[in-house]
Amino acid sequence: MNRFCLLLLALPLPVTAADGLPGREGVNVPAVMMFLVFVAVTLGITYWAARRTRSAKDYYAAGGGITGFQNGLAIAGDYMSAASFLGISALVFASGYDGLIYSIGFLVGWPVILFLLAERLRNLGKYTFSDVASYRLRQRPMRLLSACGSLTVVLLYLIAQMVGAGKLIQVLFGLPYEYAVIIVGVLMVIYVSVGGMFATTWVQIIKACLLLAGATLLAFLVLLQLDFSLNALFSRAVDVHEKGIDIMGPGTLVSDPVSAISLGLALMFGTAGLPHILMRFFTVPDAHQARRSVFFATGFIGYFYILTFIIGFGAIVFVSTNPAFMNAAGGLLGGDNMSAIHLSQALGGDLFLGFISAVAFATILAVVSGLTLAGAAAVSHDLYAHFLKRGASSEREEVRVSRIATLGLGMAAVILGILFEKQNIAFMVGLAFAIAASANFPVLFFSMYWRKLTTRGALIGGWTGLGSAVLLLILSPIVWVDILGYEQAIFPYEYPALFSMTAGMVCVVVFSLLDNSTAAAEERDAFSDQFVRSMTGVGAEGAGRE
Amino acid sequence: MSRHHYDHIRANENFHNLIRRKTRLSWTLTAIILIAYFGFILTIAFYPEILGRPISDGSVITWGIPVGIGIILLTFIITGIYVYRANTLFDSLMGDVVDASNVHVNSMEDDRPGSDGEAS
Repeated sequence: MNRFCLLLLALPLPVTAADGLPGREGVNVPAVMMFLVFVAVTLGITYWAARRTRSAKDYYAAGGGITGFQNGLAIAGDYMSAASFLGISALVFASGYDGLIYSIGFLVGWPVILFLLAERLRNLGKYTFSDVASYRLRQRPMRLLSACGSLTVVLLYLIAQMVGAGKLIQVLFGLPYEYAVIIVGVLMVIYVSVGGMFATTWVQIIKACLLLAGATLLAFLVLLQLDFSLNALFSRAVDVHEKGIDIMGPGTLVSDPVSAISLGLALMFGTAGLPHILMRFFTVPDAHQARRSVFFATGFIGYFYILTFIIGFGAIVFVSTNPAFMNAAGGLLGGDNMSAIHLSQALGGDLFLGFISAVAFATILAVVSGLTLAGAAAVSHDLYAHFLKRGASSEREEVRVSRIATLGLGMAAVILGILFEKQNIAFMVGLAFAIAASANFPVLFFSMYWRKLTTRGALIGGWTGLGSAVLLLILSPIVWVDILGYEQAIFPYEYPALFSMTAGMVCVVVFSLLDNSTAAAEERDAFSDQFVRSMTGVGAEGAGRE
Repeated sequence: MSRHHYDHIRANENFHNLIRRKTRLSWTLTAIILIAYFGFILTIAFYPEILGRPISDGSVITWGIPVGIGIILLTFIITGIYVYRANTLFDSLMGDVVDASNVHVNSMEDDRPGSDGEAS
């Protein structure tokens, strides 16, 4: 890495950017080379992982032996998707300060996960968060609910990543969209089905390191050009940006209080309901390491968002002023999402461009792999082993079903990715967060914290949260007006979480309190043992029994 | 085997004291981050001009920048505080509670030779 960095610093930077420039229709050779190296290394890891994977615990949870630091990197990797790297720097590029507001929203969910969920999750669960949600409740209906919540979130997120990946690769590598989507699909199925959680975790860790290194270097090059003066960065950006001084304060991203709170809730509690993130807490040996994971993850993610802020402003200064990166209409070549990519070329030449492009591709691959494993676990562990077979299937069968599910999810992701190519998919990540906050989070939270929760309350509340989030989003301006083409949206806000999460939580509480069945009484009695286990780790999966 | 552990731990006053301390810390820190974040978001919704004000005359840097970066740092710092407290103090106190229950359960099993209770 150091040699690479020095090499770049030795280049006559601005000059490279100014002359030989890029329609980028052709294949970017350094990018393809570096990407192939990444694929070769990760396939090697997958081979290694496959040989180590013997039990279901290896397959779903990497044997439970990942350290807090490694898991922190892997969690940060899951969270720092290409969408957040390119998307947030694009948002900063387009409207300045608003990008920071968005990234703060994505970050603040982490302390909440740490304070309220992480250790109880680790002490109660085994492979999926449904283990925790259904701990003292009726297994089959609870598993069905959590699996549907997980799969909906995973599929929406997966489609958003696939479409983003296809478009990005099309621009970066000059590959046709369909090929790009198929390559991503094939590689992710190989990583996940062959290498399980070992491979998925290590691919994620490598990618997190590459992305952090790439973004650090990019931000460093921006500041180097400006003699490390933030004042210079901001004043030059204000001078050249069409919105002028307005980029230094809040703009139109969050306009009314209802949307503001709704978005805030979705981001904050949605993070705590994302199945692929929650699953990572089962890869560490105990609650101690689970807490350390969140600490490291928060540090890496926060640092990364500060970098994207600098990168976005850097792109305003160095990319938007360079006609080589602009199209005839005065927009950015390849769209705003390309601002960080163009910046790498403007400051580091073709080699650095290749590196950042390869990192972006690697990022997509790693994130879709994590999502796919979480989806496959919901199918095999929750739907197959506990819902269909009522807990009576063998580990071997379960893992085999998971591998088949991985293939199924991979094909679904490729097909949906191709079908949705021309659709506006920006709402999908938002919807995934809203559903995670409205369906998964309330059930998980109450199952850990509230003695009086019963199966009936959890089911009615969970389905209400899931259903109302989907329904309100369809009726909102993003789908009803922009996609379905009606004049007026029935539900006026873009973010449903305030309403759907409240509806879900109210139903959980009300229907649990109204439940006077004998089963409900037993479920309440079981809380006490669950609570002791959740706080002490006695009896926890994989915990050392002294 | 966990059954007896749970009963013993539940009866241990130290366990309940520890839970109280831990709960107080985690909810206090949760409240801090909720207030900081929703305070920030509501300021943006109701008084966006506050964050758009320059930090000094003639500077392009606005209050929004240090406040935003400050929230990112706050997030990191309070996770650090919690992890430090929980992983050192609380974990060692909880270890004592669990050890006491192990001793108790082992002595119960010694009293019943030939029982199939696994040593824990």
